[in-house]
Amino acid sequence: MIYYVGSFLLIALGLYAVIIKKNLIKILIGLDLIASGVNLLIISIGYVKGGTAPIFSRAGLKASMMVDPIPQALTLTAIVIDASEMALAVAFVVLLYKYYGTLDIKKIRSLKW
Amino acid sequence: MVRKVVYSIFLAIIVLALAMFFAAYPFGKNKMTVGEYYLNHGVAQTGAANIVTSVVLDYRGFDTLGEVSVLFAAAAGVAILFFLAGGTKREQEDLTKPNFVVRVGSRIIFPFILLFGSYIFIHGHLTPGGGFQGGSIIASGFLLLYLSYPGTRTNRDGLSIIEGLAGLTFVVLGLIGLFLPQYSFLYNFLPKGILNTIVSAGILPIIYIAIGFKVASEFAGIVDDMMCQVICRGGGK
Repeated sequence: MIYYVGSFLLIALGLYAVIIKKNLIKILIGLDLIASGVNLLIISIGYVKGGTAPIFSRAGLKASMMVDPIPQALTLTAIVIDASEMALAVAFVVLLYKYYGTLDIKKIRSLKW
Repeated sequence: MVRKVVYSIFLAIIVLALAMFFAAYPFGKNKMTVGEYYLNHGVAQTGAANIVTSVVLDYRGFDTLGEVSVLFAAAAGVAILFFLAGGTKREQEDLTKPNFVVRVGSRIIFPFILLFGSYIFIHGHLTPGGGFQGGSIIASGFLLLYLSYPGTRTNRDGLSIIEGLAGLTFVVLGLIGLFLPQYSFLYNFLPKGILNTIVSAGILPIIYIAIGFKVASEFAGIVDDMMCQVICRGGGK
């Protein structure tokens, strides 16, 4: 239960940073917070009360004692994809800073909408 | 100020909607039918002790191929962006020299990081871990090297060759399945072996090792591009 609350908080904090903050780096941190929150949420959906990791590492482990493997498999790749997308986003921010000399999205004119 | 209040209300509505949706899915409830099926039949069908690995590489192997392509696209995007930006580069100042402890410590710990990373991806079908995690660990070792010796440059051509070969291994192993009587992409054609030994689960460990090399070289390339923005003089490449 606390995991649900924590992931909602992470998602809300990330959305807040994305919407309110003016600094591009802070917006990226907000995006990463949203990603962490979503990962935590997916993992905690798959939890089964009293369950253990879905690995048949020793004899005597039965499938009924294990948590759902699919959310973990989805999150596994999502983390790496998230890291690489953040690298791409940081590359964009570096370029923006080079062209405009600022990270403030109010001052970067062509980002206005 | 008004803006902040409006957006706070907006956020509260989003969180409330999420909470209402998840009230129907209580925490720690029983698993889905699909997960149940994978747990019951995974060992017999794939031979891997780690069910997460058999989901990632066997049941959803095609999906993972897509994820690896996304990773490649992101790494290529970083390289292209920095290459395009090469023209407007200003003269960069030198970084502060890392101190003695960092330099010697990273030299001692670097081979162990490589060893740990390869352990993680070689044992991907037996223990928690796998190609993605092991590759990230190895790339973090490269990052440590860059931070402690700012002059380091990796051999980019070597990294590209490793990355290409690893990707090719994944695709070719998948294509072999198409020429077998079972006629399916990424068919597990090698013998399953004994459960919980290192040579088991057919093609899964080979694919995970390939993914490990691919992720490691891609992340090392990204780190190289990023560090080059700080250190290199006169353009990326």
